[in-house]
Amino acid sequence: MTLTEQLITIAMVVLGTMITRFLPFLVFPAGKPTPKYIQYLGKVLPGAVFGLLVVYCLKDVSLLAGSHGLPEAISIALVVAVHLWKRQMLLSIASGTLCYMLLAQLVFTA
Amino acid sequence: MSSHSGKIRQAFACAFPYTVPIFAGFWFLGLTYGIYMNVSGFPFWYPMVMSLTIFAGSVEFVAVDMLQGAFNPIQALTMTLMINARHLFYGIAMLDRFRGTGWKKPYLIFGMCDESFSINASVRIPPNVDRGWFMFFVTLLNHLYWFTGASLGGIFGSLLTFPTEGLSFVMTAMFVVIFLEQWLKDRDHTPALLGLGLTLLCRLCFGADDFLIPSMLAILAGLTLLRGRREQGGTAV
Repeated sequence: MTLTEQLITIAMVVLGTMITRFLPFLVFPAGKPTPKYIQYLGKVLPGAVFGLLVVYCLKDVSLLAGSHGLPEAISIALVVAVHLWKRQMLLSIASGTLCYMLLAQLVFTA
Repeated sequence: MSSHSGKIRQAFACAFPYTVPIFAGFWFLGLTYGIYMNVSGFPFWYPMVMSLTIFAGSVEFVAVDMLQGAFNPIQALTMTLMINARHLFYGIAMLDRFRGTGWKKPYLIFGMCDESFSINASVRIPPNVDRGWFMFFVTLLNHLYWFTGASLGGIFGSLLTFPTEGLSFVMTAMFVVIFLEQWLKDRDHTPALLGLGLTLLCRLCFGADDFLIPSMLAILAGLTLLRGRREQGGTAV
């Protein structure tokens, strides 16, 4: 990507973020009920989008080649276990990342 | 004049303690984000500009990835809209609360990240504290924490002496935790499973570079169908 293309990409992300933040104040006058479909999406979209993002993060993992996704699977299992145990977001993220870095650098070396 | 500055100081003193936990979290994630950008080959002013102008953590991590791929502004926009769609509902929740805050209102809306929203939406501000200034300082402090963390990470990332290979997993770990938190909060797990399943299916069908937009469309269609079926079945959503 050229610098201009990168700046356009960043501008698109800024624009998208601003649309989601300002739109309600522009289209829904305070005090009037929000359309049912929008309320429904508000309830179900987060769960689905976070599912999409997890898969997105793993998009380049191949089960057939390299380390067969093992370091990812092990580290995700650790994240889930630590999180269910302590419910401390930063601790879960830090331990999973550290685990993955150690696996990638020491165990599954290319 | 002195009573005016007293009002501002009082609002700051009331707002600051609520933001201390956010400081810890934003410095940790912000530093990591800056270092991640640095090791991905971006100079320090990228995380500086991005943390200042985007100020939405999860999408900024995704943006690092997008900046390294092929130029696709439409996908960047739609992806951002999908990831940040939840902010629409924060906005709906804050329609009344932000009313009457004057010139601070556009900034309050601009800086409404998850953390600012959760404080501003939930804290019972004492009646003697100015509501507008309180929410302004919550938003400003959080913005500042994120910006300084990301900038420091971007500047000093190159001085790191330990090997950073695998650091990008921080994004995966973050989304797994957010997914899990959402899962524990939701009583109905169909949307989460739809999101995982449909995206995985699209990844297999369309390949690693072109699966995002089909996935987003499939998710929207799936959720809409799900709603139609539930209304037929007579279950309240």
